[in-house]
Amino acid sequence: MAETTLPKVTVAPTAQAAGSPLTLIEVQNLSLFYGAAQALKNISLGIGERVVTALIGPSGCGKSTLLRCFNRMNDLIDNVRIQGTVKIAEQDINSRDVDVIELRKRVGMVFQKSNPFPKSIYENVAYGLRLQGINRASELDAAVEESLRQAALWEEVKDRLHTSGLGLSGGQQQRLCIARAIAIKPEIILMDEPASALDPIATTRVEELILDLKKDYTIVIVTHNMQQAARISDFTAFFYLGELIEYGTTAKIFTNPSKKQTEDYVTGRFG
Amino acid sequence: MQTHFEKELSDLKEILLTMASHAEAAVKNAVEALTNRDYDLAQRVREDDSVIDKFELEVDEMAIHLLAKAPLASNLRLIMVATKISQNLERVGDEASKISNRARDLAQEAPLKLNLDIPRMSNLVLQMLKGALDSFVNQDPATARELIPRDKEVDALNKQIYRELSKQMMHDPETITRCLNLMIVAKSLERIGDHATNVAEEVVYLYEAQDIRHTGKGGPAALQTEMEHKRPV
Amino acid sequence: MTAATPSSGILEQKRKRFRAAQIDWASLLGTGATGFATILIVAILAVILGNIAINGVPYISWRFVSTGTATDMFDVNKAGILPMIFGTTARVILMTIFVLPMGVLTAIYLTEYARIHSPFTRVIRGAVNNLAGVPSIVFGLFGAGFFVRFIGGGMDSAFHPAGATVWGQPALLWASATLAVMTLPVVIIATEESLKAIPQGLREASLALGASKLETIIKVVLPQAVPGIMTGAILAISRAAGEVAPILFTGAAYYMADLPKSLHDQFMDLGYHVFILSTQSPNVDKTRPLLYATVLVLLCLTFILNIVAIFVRANMRKKARMLH
Repeated sequence: MAETTLPKVTVAPTAQAAGSPLTLIEVQNLSLFYGAAQALKNISLGIGERVVTALIGPSGCGKSTLLRCFNRMNDLIDNVRIQGTVKIAEQDINSRDVDVIELRKRVGMVFQKSNPFPKSIYENVAYGLRLQGINRASELDAAVEESLRQAALWEEVKDRLHTSGLGLSGGQQQRLCIARAIAIKPEIILMDEPASALDPIATTRVEELILDLKKDYTIVIVTHNMQQAARISDFTAFFYLGELIEYGTTAKIFTNPSKKQTEDYVTGRFG
Repeated sequence: MQTHFEKELSDLKEILLTMASHAEAAVKNAVEALTNRDYDLAQRVREDDSVIDKFELEVDEMAIHLLAKAPLASNLRLIMVATKISQNLERVGDEASKISNRARDLAQEAPLKLNLDIPRMSNLVLQMLKGALDSFVNQDPATARELIPRDKEVDALNKQIYRELSKQMMHDPETITRCLNLMIVAKSLERIGDHATNVAEEVVYLYEAQDIRHTGKGGPAALQTEMEHKRPV
Repeated sequence: MTAATPSSGILEQKRKRFRAAQIDWASLLGTGATGFATILIVAILAVILGNIAINGVPYISWRFVSTGTATDMFDVNKAGILPMIFGTTARVILMTIFVLPMGVLTAIYLTEYARIHSPFTRVIRGAVNNLAGVPSIVFGLFGAGFFVRFIGGGMDSAFHPAGATVWGQPALLWASATLAVMTLPVVIIATEESLKAIPQGLREASLALGASKLETIIKVVLPQAVPGIMTGAILAISRAAGEVAPILFTGAAYYMADLPKSLHDQFMDLGYHVFILSTQSPNVDKTRPLLYATVLVLLCLTFILNIVAIFVRANMRKKARMLH
């Protein structure tokens, strides 16, 4: 039985804020169907504020599907049916009176394959801001610089802000996408295997970035790289075939999981 | 700019060093309690040992937490070495505790008029311990190698003290209890010397990637580092 | 297998294999056949164009292309085809203005909004595909009945109750509209292809930033699709410039003294004029040079229109690559 509240944090000496974080995203009995196939089976868990939560599991276990529930990107797919609730800051995000556009401004997303717009670096980062009506050059300049600095990209691109974003390397493009996402200051950042297409050095940069961002943003990351989950996350949830098998602190999941399935997956015996 | 992982590693090092200073202080204080027949000091050493024990638990917990992140090369060796050093330091603390227990008992009896080399032995052992820990902090495996052979001196002193105490016990059975206590003290000091040697061996492994345990040699000349060792001929 | 000394067994075998592999009959046949087909096509094109050019160029003169015909339009020395050039160009431009918005919007609907498997969508797609196969003369009849008589007549009753026939007759406007309907499938399909070529990731990225679907289309999708849309426009122009059947009943005139001054005027047309010259001429031999010259001008006009459009597209592609 999966836990519905955040497990108590057992603090190793170098872990971050002591004590149990507040629940920001609350999932209750969530089930999702693609037509007749059930992709998520009765998921319940609470995601903490300003911590990094990793969703792990073998391919097809539903972790990306769950992630996309948090900003309702599953709405784009035909034939999707949802049961149960997803609450962010105590609001049911699937209810009729929630404006999905506003939701997506508060819950940002970074995708597996970096997808910068075929526009200049500046315009990429400014895109979300322009959508919200911020058009004055002075405001945009400041916001673009701040986002690129936070994404650890500013020094590399500050002299070519008006060249195409597609001219950057893979790792830089992904950091550009992160800068683009944080420019509108969402509360939550969802990351769907953000480093899986990157080489090890670029991956390390992105991981460092995530650890830096943690103090200001709540981050939920889907990853199939367990060492990555161990390196950067505070809490980890293990999924298998659409079910939540175990959810706990990263330290526990990777050193002493409670469920045998978790242990088998983490030690590489399957998946 | 330090990465988050690098910061965690330096935190690990710091805890280890704090633990080390506690262990060194414990040995010093135990020997002082012995020579000055200081009951209270002996008591304090015994109590402080629980602090050292807690440090060992903390280091081990941090180590496994860091190992889950799949560190490599020198980072990996650091974590392995940290657990081993902390284990050795914890035993040093226990031995210091044993010394202070004997000191307590001896303080309550009349002093023995014997010219034993216990102060010299304890100085040597403290030097070795400090040397090993300094070589860890200063990334200096050469110093570590140099102090490994000195363990033989410690063993020799231990044997010598045993012989003198045996003679004393045969000579005057009234002193048997006190002599036995002193034998235990000498034994504990000898064990501390062994632990200091272990720490030195771990330091060599950390910085040179060479496992010199159970070889009995250290050798003053530093052998090739692993980088030189692997260079194509 | 003997021991491998340089001149023995193994090396000999290797040399033999290598030599045999040098004559690859399959590749040779393929290259030969495709090369031959290409040369054949180029040759046919060269013959046609060459024939026209050789016979038509001597009769092109500045007077020929810059004046209208006042007297005998079958006489090569007196004829002028400016009105036809004007008419053809005008109707093509007007057609483009009509077809691009309609075609692009339809393609956007089909690609971005329509549910893929709904029956409604399938009906629309079927209609577009079938429209592409309708013969041009049928478009002409449709244009005559729908645009000229129905809409034009309706406009006349509404605006000119006195009974004047202004819109309810063949006109530049109706001919252009008919051509627009005819080239609609081309534009729709070209636009759809370019929209489909845009990776879904870009749309998702935009939506994930809080853009509405419309904002995503306007700010991200369409700018990327413009080169493809221009391709559609080029194809439409190419087809429409030479078509005669759709404009027969909807706006082309046998003879007009002046250039058309408004949208409800008729116009003269190069393609139609070629038809007239071929069938209505009193003296075929005298008219033949004129025919060649007119056809040459028609081809040149088509090429020029194409090249302008291609140039515009290349310019847009270059700009898109630099920045937005």
